Amino acid sequence: MPFLELTNVDKSYGDHSVLKGLNLSIERGEFVAIVGYSGAGKTTLISLIAGLTKADRGTVKLNDLDITGPGPDRGIVFQNYSLLPWLNVTENIALAVEQVFPNWSTEKKNQHVARNIDMVNLTPHAGKLPRQLSGGQRQRVSVARALAMDPQILLLDEPLSALDALTRATLQDEIERIWEADKKTVVLITNDVDEGLLLADRIIPLTPGPGATLGESVPITLARPRDRKALNHDPEFKRLRALVTNQLLGYAAKRRTTVTRKLTLPDILPEDLDAPRTHRGRPLRPHEQKNETITLTS
Amino acid sequence: MKKIRFDWLFLPALGLLSVLILWTITSYSLAKNLPSPLKTWEASKLYILEPFAKRGEMDQGILRFTWYSLVLVAKGYALALLIGTPIGFCLGLSRTFTKTFDPLIQILRPVSPLAWLPLGLVLFLDAGKDASTLGALFTIALCSMWPTVLNTAVGVRAVPQDYLNVGRVLKLSRWKTLTKILLPATLPYMFTGFRLSLGISWLVIVAAEMLTGRPGVGGFLWQEYNSLVYEHIILSIITIGVVGFALDRLMSLAESKFKSVL
Repeated sequence: MPFLELTNVDKSYGDHSVLKGLNLSIERGEFVAIVGYSGAGKTTLISLIAGLTKADRGTVKLNDLDITGPGPDRGIVFQNYSLLPWLNVTENIALAVEQVFPNWSTEKKNQHVARNIDMVNLTPHAGKLPRQLSGGQRQRVSVARALAMDPQILLLDEPLSALDALTRATLQDEIERIWEADKKTVVLITNDVDEGLLLADRIIPLTPGPGATLGESVPITLARPRDRKALNHDPEFKRLRALVTNQLLGYAAKRRTTVTRKLTLPDILPEDLDAPRTHRGRPLRPHEQKNETITLTS
Repeated sequence: MKKIRFDWLFLPALGLLSVLILWTITSYSLAKNLPSPLKTWEASKLYILEPFAKRGEMDQGILRFTWYSLVLVAKGYALALLIGTPIGFCLGLSRTFTKTFDPLIQILRPVSPLAWLPLGLVLFLDAGKDASTLGALFTIALCSMWPTVLNTAVGVRAVPQDYLNVGRVLKLSRWKTLTKILLPATLPYMFTGFRLSLGISWLVIVAAEMLTGRPGVGGFLWQEYNSLVYEHIILSIITIGVVGFALDRLMSLAESKFKSVL
């Protein structure tokens, strides 16, 4: 029986259908990456699993129980960190620990908080406010907060997309290390195919909306630990990347797109330099506009 | 350093001087009844140099009068915050509450303190000796709470959904969501409201004292007008202005403390 199971899920906002007939099943301990275009409905999907929004139709089940609302059993790392700016690193995490483990002794809670800060290498910054931290450090606090709740499943909603490439690579390594340590079930939402290939056991492409659904899942059989430098020359890595990328590109091509643009021509006409100087007069300035329609079909 | 001294010392001094000159000229030419700066100083010296003296009910040092006014303002202002903040939270949190009471608030908000005071006095008519105090308190609280109410409401509505989502994921209770998330997130807005409210209470106190004849800066002003000591009117006006300015500075200092966190 799958650990997390979504069956025939529909979700729309008003008339705009975001997800349609979506099916997903994830086993316990699996690291699944869902890759898709921006605006495809990735965040809606993670909100459904987190319980922050409700599906219009279909079921979302964790451990064979319907998800009715948000809860600390699903640790979520938001794209924009969502740290409370008036609490420092320790207090942000302590708020979560306090709430999830109210029966622990104060000492045990403090130790737990300190251990999770240490896990993301932020012990020297434990007393700082979020605004005193860099983007990467803030995201690490967010990861530590999610882990401190000891969730059954970790939901990562484009956690690294706001970071620069170098910080991103460091954090990817850190996420892999943390996952190796306790093999939690992880759903990673990303728009970076390489990130998915580096971290996940399985990549599932999300077709572009409206009415997005999940494509065929691609198992990633690359041996762990995965070294990003070595991977770049690995033929299997190249094959998988091409496979996923082509799937995603295929969806885009299938979408019949018509683009209509209004073109405003530059307000000047070339002068006829051959004409005798006296007859040339002033350059013509027709306010000319043209409509251009481009139709893309597969 | 030199530039700063020029900006903060020399230019304001120049402004002050030019107003004093204009005032002197006016008092000798256009408005003969307006006391000149020199006469004002002569007549006010006693009140400024012995700021805490008490010679009679309506003949006291200027700081003593100010103190009476400030005490009353503090009480009325505290009352305004105690009533205004919860109303602001209700307005920010509940759409139904907003629809029910917003029109009423918009109508009551522009009513002048001079209009509320008689009603306040009537309300506490049975209190006898304390009627004027209670009426003044009622007026201060009622007039000065609106900025707090409205700013708090705006602040609550502006709390980012992200923070609320954190609360939902952690399954914070209603009370904890209020104290751990809503209140700290709204605090900067609330303080803007608090500052504006304090400014209004200081405006109201003068009006209230003038009408009730309580001892205080406003009461002193009105009494001296009636006893034809026009110099003291100017003294009162300057005192009211300086105190109001100081209160505003103090509040914005506190405000910036909270704003810097976010």
